[in-house]
Amino acid sequence: MGRVVVDVMPKPEILDPQGKAVAGALARLGFTEFAAARQGKRFELEVAGEVTPEVVARAREAALTLLANPVIEDVVGVAAAPEV
Amino acid sequence: MRIGIVTFPGSLDDVDAVRAVRIAGGEPLRLWHGDESVHGVDAVILPGGFSYGDYLRCGAIARFSPIMAEIIRLAGPPDAASPGLPVLGICNGFQVLCESHLLPGALVRNDSRTFVCRDQRLRIERTDTVWTNGYAPDEEIVVPLKNGEGGFVADRATLDRLDGEGRVVARYLELNPNGSYRDIAGVSNAAGTVVGLMPHPEHAVEPLFGPDHDAQGRSGSTDGLRFFTSVLQGALSV
Repeated sequence: MGRVVVDVMPKPEILDPQGKAVAGALARLGFTEFAAARQGKRFELEVAGEVTPEVVARAREAALTLLANPVIEDVVGVAAAPEV
Repeated sequence: MRIGIVTFPGSLDDVDAVRAVRIAGGEPLRLWHGDESVHGVDAVILPGGFSYGDYLRCGAIARFSPIMAEIIRLAGPPDAASPGLPVLGICNGFQVLCESHLLPGALVRNDSRTFVCRDQRLRIERTDTVWTNGYAPDEEIVVPLKNGEGGFVADRATLDRLDGEGRVVARYLELNPNGSYRDIAGVSNAAGTVVGLMPHPEHAVEPLFGPDHDAQGRSGSTDGLRFFTSVLQGALSV
């Protein structure tokens, strides 16, 4: 059984209210060295067999079709999950 | 005129939209998200609510419903000059329209990071649409607004095009409740058949049940009703 990890982040020019909330909370907790934060999403897609290049390509297609909205998000990573 | 109102899993204001159509004098028909047919209705309303719990992104999963495949086909691309099936997307319905690419842009979390529920003043800026022809140009109305992810965003080129082509249907007045770029509360496709609106006109169609009219809480506003009477004037249908 293999897994593909897909990472989605909001586009840099899009306002990210969640990231601002996180940054504010970090500062209040004393983590003042972190000037800003942006929050994205990580998906783990399971396949029955091993993760081949074809599987990764299909995962990228799934990412661009459903997992991310290209108007406001970028797919920043599509890769086989590292073996644990 | 038969107006179809779609119910997705998690739709909340579908029954209110049905009621608004009936009060306006139209014949509402409830449509199920899993049905591939719109049964020949003259226009469709995508109601407010929390389809699929707003999971992944608001409207992102509902956008792939069987009935949306048919609605997307009948409505036609957003820049087409010739009119297709009229569609009004309210709140979550607006989110579904943007995810479907029937309208440009996207709706993101309110910049205030709060869920805002208020009687909202709007200016109706485009009155040559199927859904707003009953309003006067630049008429101001007050309808309820309730959303957590109502911020309309788009890149500068898209915003300039919407402004330049007169496709902004409504703009927030007095206060921008969610950080929508250029105070945009609603937009339309080129032909004026597909309209997305964040506030809820279906909650301002009946005396005593709309926004407060005065400080004593008496409600006389039916400002939202003309979204539902306009379409009955003879939709520009396929």
